[in-house]
Amino acid sequence: MPTILHILAKRIGAMILLLLAGGILTAVMVRFSPGFATDERELDPRLSQSSRLSIEKERAADGDAAHLAHRFARMVFHGDLGESPSLKRPIGQLLGERLPVTAEIMVIGVLGGWALAFALAMASVLSRRLAVRGLAASIQQVLVCLPAAALAIVVFDIGGPVRALIALIICPRVFEFLRNLLQEAYQQPHVLAARAKGLSEFGVWAKHVMPYAAPQLFALAGTSVSIAFGAAIPVEALCDLPGIGQLAWIAATARDLPLLLVITLLVIAVTQACNTLSDWAALRKAEA
Amino acid sequence: MKRSQLMAALVLAGLFAWAMASGVVNGRSECRQFREVPGARPSRQFPLGTDDLGRDRLSRVLYATRVSLLLAPAAALLATLLSALIGGFAGYFGGWWDKCAVSVIDLLLSLPWFFLLLAARALLPLNAPPAASLMVTYGLLSVLGWAGPARVIRAGVRRMRESEFALRARAEGCGPLRLVWRHLIPNLKPVLLAQIWTTIPVFILSEANLGLLGLSAGEPYATWGGLLRDLQNPLSIRPETFAPLAVIVIAVACFNLATPRGGLTP
Repeated sequence: MPTILHILAKRIGAMILLLLAGGILTAVMVRFSPGFATDERELDPRLSQSSRLSIEKERAADGDAAHLAHRFARMVFHGDLGESPSLKRPIGQLLGERLPVTAEIMVIGVLGGWALAFALAMASVLSRRLAVRGLAASIQQVLVCLPAAALAIVVFDIGGPVRALIALIICPRVFEFLRNLLQEAYQQPHVLAARAKGLSEFGVWAKHVMPYAAPQLFALAGTSVSIAFGAAIPVEALCDLPGIGQLAWIAATARDLPLLLVITLLVIAVTQACNTLSDWAALRKAEA
Repeated sequence: MKRSQLMAALVLAGLFAWAMASGVVNGRSECRQFREVPGARPSRQFPLGTDDLGRDRLSRVLYATRVSLLLAPAAALLATLLSALIGGFAGYFGGWWDKCAVSVIDLLLSLPWFFLLLAARALLPLNAPPAASLMVTYGLLSVLGWAGPARVIRAGVRRMRESEFALRARAEGCGPLRLVWRHLIPNLKPVLLAQIWTTIPVFILSEANLGLLGLSAGEPYATWGGLLRDLQNPLSIRPETFAPLAVIVIAVACFNLATPRGGLTP
């Protein structure tokens, strides 16, 4: 029987391998992307032939994908993430400035989304009225059918709380799972027995339903972070919030490939760390 | 088939038929500019008004509907075929094939879907002609969207490989190809169909998001994402500018409702 430590070590090992694989894959994609071998500086008519040759030489040094990956890894180990060609600033500095914004909207989004989904799921499970269940399902259906970017624009245009927008994107994606899980938990024999014996609704929820559902809830919490970051890109880009999501969009539209490479690695590291943490919490809870 | 599924399928069929017939019925191209009536309010001639360039908004919405309802299912079909190939291969042969496939699936699923799409789209030319960028966008969706379905198919194939009917077929001398073709694929059909249906709305929403961020097909092509960009200017927002959003919600809701919900049938 593998212990939690074994499973955790395996997950961390897998995370490191994924990070390496992601780095190499992105470096290869960057190398073979159209236009990699050209530099817009070469179009400057003021440059002499020797300056052009030196730029070409500079680019040729990065021509080999393995060399590119190796050079990047060496820079990262020295704490240097390089410079963004489009923003002309050190990438580490850009990330440092923008991380708090993204962290804030993601925390508000994940907590708010879960709270909203939980309230809707509880109402849907506990209420005997068809109208309540129908309303909860309808809210979920409408929210899940809206493109995140369109929702961001509408909320931004009406002057709504854009920092809490991710909650509306997380909520419908979590709701269906939560409702099914709570429904299953409330139908367990020990929960039915506790209700029959007259334990209060809160007591049933806190002492019997939540401990039953907790391992799966923790596992789902890990994936919420990934959903939240995916939603942060259109939200930040369209609502003018200076976070990592907006930076990813700027890097994509300006084809700032070094910046995109660093953001990709950061995202893999954060989502994998969150998944490992949530798996660990789920395992602890399941063992308890 | 449940009544809600039937209703959803009928609405989708109606929407598709209307979108396909739009150019034929009113004889109006989505790109034609009526320079005398830019930004017109809804009227009998233009039921959804015109945009800032004088183009009929209804024709553009219907053209975008045609594009999305043709290309999103095609991309979903391609993604599911890829996932069946990779997931089926990994599930059937196991061993190192399986480990490699699972690693790639984990890598793709560890990245937020929209970020992955954005990063991959950025690596491809952004200044391509509109038709090419539309194809690139949907091609990218199918090339990157196979990982989720592949995990489900791999699990299904693994379960079936060990099942009694597969064991009996092997014992009676059935070769691997025949086993896959005659026994596994027919039993996987419900899963494959469900994967196609669940992937279509994801692709529609992804294209809309990319279009709003300016990374899908450019002007003068009409796509749902591109039409939603009208919402970015608060001064030009009128009820009719929400028409593309309403059509997206209806189409995605119908796809979600029409999705067949069935498991494996051994």
